[in-house]
Amino acid sequence: MNLTLHVWRQAAPADRGRFARYDVADVTPDMSFLEVLDVLNQQLIARREEPIAFDHDCREGICGACGMVINGRPHGPARATTACQLHMRHFPDGAELWIEPWRARAFPVLKDLVVDRSAFDRIIQAGGFITARTGSAPEANAILVPKRDADLAMDAAACIGCGACVAACPNASAMLFVAAKASHLGLLPQGQPERLTRVVNMVAQMDAEGFGACTNHGECMAACPKEISIDFIARLNRDYLKATLVPRPPVKEFTGAA
Amino acid sequence: MELRSRIPAGPLADKWDRHRSEIKLVNPANKRKHEIIVVGSGLAGASGAASLAELGYNVSCFCFQDSPRRAHSIAAQGGINAAKNYQNDGDSVFRLFYDTIKGGDFRAREANVYRLAQISAQVIDQCVAQGVPFAREYGGLLANRSFGGVQVSRTFYARGQTGQQLLLGAYQALARQIGLGKVKMYPRGEMLDLVVVDGRARGIIARDLVSGAVRAHAADAVVLATGGYANVYYLSTNAKGCNVTAIWRAHKRGAAFANPGFTQIHPTCIPVTGHHQAKLTLMSESLRNDGRIWVPTQRGDTRAPGEIPESERDYYLERLYPSYGNLAPRDIASRRAKEVCDEGRGVGPGGNGVYLDFRDAIQRLGRAVIAERYGNLFEMYERITAENPFEQPMRIFPAPHYTMGGLWVDYNLMTTIDGLYAIGEANFSDHGANRLGASALMQGLADGYFILPYTIGDYLAQVKLDRLDAAHPGFHRAEAETGERVRQLLAVNGRKSVDAFHRELGGLLWDRCGMSRNAPGLQAAVEQICGLREEFWRDVYVGGKGEDLNQVLEHAGRVADFLEFAELMCHDALRREESCGCHFREEYQTPEGEAQRDDARFSYVAAWEYAGPGKPPVLHPEPLEFEAVHPAQRSYK
Repeated sequence: MNLTLHVWRQAAPADRGRFARYDVADVTPDMSFLEVLDVLNQQLIARREEPIAFDHDCREGICGACGMVINGRPHGPARATTACQLHMRHFPDGAELWIEPWRARAFPVLKDLVVDRSAFDRIIQAGGFITARTGSAPEANAILVPKRDADLAMDAAACIGCGACVAACPNASAMLFVAAKASHLGLLPQGQPERLTRVVNMVAQMDAEGFGACTNHGECMAACPKEISIDFIARLNRDYLKATLVPRPPVKEFTGAA
Repeated sequence: MELRSRIPAGPLADKWDRHRSEIKLVNPANKRKHEIIVVGSGLAGASGAASLAELGYNVSCFCFQDSPRRAHSIAAQGGINAAKNYQNDGDSVFRLFYDTIKGGDFRAREANVYRLAQISAQVIDQCVAQGVPFAREYGGLLANRSFGGVQVSRTFYARGQTGQQLLLGAYQALARQIGLGKVKMYPRGEMLDLVVVDGRARGIIARDLVSGAVRAHAADAVVLATGGYANVYYLSTNAKGCNVTAIWRAHKRGAAFANPGFTQIHPTCIPVTGHHQAKLTLMSESLRNDGRIWVPTQRGDTRAPGEIPESERDYYLERLYPSYGNLAPRDIASRRAKEVCDEGRGVGPGGNGVYLDFRDAIQRLGRAVIAERYGNLFEMYERITAENPFEQPMRIFPAPHYTMGGLWVDYNLMTTIDGLYAIGEANFSDHGANRLGASALMQGLADGYFILPYTIGDYLAQVKLDRLDAAHPGFHRAEAETGERVRQLLAVNGRKSVDAFHRELGGLLWDRCGMSRNAPGLQAAVEQICGLREEFWRDVYVGGKGEDLNQVLEHAGRVADFLEFAELMCHDALRREESCGCHFREEYQTPEGEAQRDDARFSYVAAWEYAGPGKPPVLHPEPLEFEAVHPAQRSYK
């Protein structure tokens, strides 16, 4: 296969950036999309041009490092597939592809296709956890979790934090990401004590990071490589309402350290 | 160099409890005066950093990824072992201990492994409390499955994403401590050197991968949780960024490296398809619970699998190992797969594959049950190969996956440098010459949650450390050396790409120091590696600048270290004139082709000391003593 790639090149955050055109020959259908970029980068290196910077690591669709918009779609055209697991058999010979970084105010571009997603980490730091100090856990089978709840929690917990939901959303909202974590923990008995404070704190951080609001487009779910459902957003909204309609005294965090 | 394993006295079952009660504690008010650096944020690093911060220590945590949640532990699929005996099938702490020691072909320390088995149950409790969504039965109790090399069901799992869920649990505990200000996180921060002052580990040199700035960080103790080095083979199941740099740099600063030649080649991976391939994908070992492995009885049989009648199929694991069958341990399953492929009975393009067939399981249990158990793995397989495992058998082949070798540590997980600890896959400790499935997650979390937090306190309570900061001359020197090395990599300005060197090194190790090894091959490999290393520093082309996000430069530094480390790996494999676990020397095998150990000469941990550039490494054997188990020829027949 022969491909024409238009790749977003941006030397630094302050650089304006532009598309550069590259022709890549001898692509085989069993190559992954990132392997095409590898091959292109080797050609650029051989020509002493700067290779394209892109985040990637596990290449198994689980670490969430990779992510790029391919012809307007985060992670490309295949359903439930990250860019690293997208194989070229999904594209016709001679295809022309436009490759861009995630575009969102909360995800500034660092270089080429690499963006800064640390906003996601700060949302988790604000409340995306269950407080369970090491050593204080009860016997595991003392906590019964109905299989239905455990399965649903696992559906939400499958989020890989790649940011495709934000890239797909016209408002660059992070609601699916926040809803997935809040639902994973809020569905389990262990997560009940902090359920409402968690939701309030995570949403506050999401707003502070500059993510947009959710207006129910559903693009996030369509782009999500783990097919996380927007039903979880409804769940998040329900908990958020419950937490905020009746004012509660703020909860102070006690670290337990002396 | 003197190896002191510091194994506590007393009966095996009491050692850890007694040790825990006797080791020194740091006064709670003094903990906040101590700085600890944790490098790596996988299961071991994240659980360790979070637990230390909960105790009150000030922690700095580094990871080269853009977020600690992306560490490669996330890709572990199958599960985590624990001696809970929830299935009432006769499991016990002793049995988990015994299976692990035997699985490792009697090349691990009894005391460490027993402690691991004891702690395993606590690890599950901790993970459940954090909200890890383990698989459940309808009554709400935890579910289990079985895994290779054992005859009980002790593996806990979260679909095919157990590593992801355990890591997110540890990551969330870490995130909580970051939010509280007890952990300072340095994502996109790569450790490039260790700083040793007056014989003690006192900090690291790290490069900010975005700005390129090289900076020193001081601490009272340093913990390396930087994973394994299977990427030395170029093609492996490890994430692209996994590397040996942190532990290799520590080795060059005085930490002994143990058993570098013990590398696990995992039997169930998707075969290589072409020369463009960047990495290999693992298919969870749990598939062997229901899948049957076979090849045609005839060589060069090119018929489609469905057209090959039952009588012309060789279910070779079931034939050779009737009691364990398809659940034979990884090293054996891999070696037998290589053997049938070498005989010309391999399947798929190039004959580099064997079938993993679910036809009988689907008939027995129904498609829905198989989909429930392995749905996401089947999807992943189909996405990569465009073949549907419900319709035709999977094709699998062994691939480098895990490394049992690593920095030598004592019972407290401290290396031969005072104040330097190694946890998780980065140390050598618990898996001997072969790791059993679902044991890596158990070890990473046991080290991080429940061992390191105690043992590091024992060290800090006893040493008198001067307050140092990064202005100390020792830091200046190391910082300058690291900066100089970065400049050297850029200055070579040769003709060959970093990737080309890495591929060449990987290919040669796979051939000479992979699934089977022999003395002439290993001797040749050492020479070839030296030649390749010399060529690297003469002809590599990196390009770009040091003060920038430069991914080729990152890779170049890692490959330069692999090129040094690979030589040690071959030395180790050459010196060990026996076969054990994953280390299969062709010269030493039983008439049935099984690994032939030589306990009289090699019942030891091979700890290697760095002797300086150009000098051969020095071997320090740590004899292994067995009291509770009797080393026997492993039998899975």
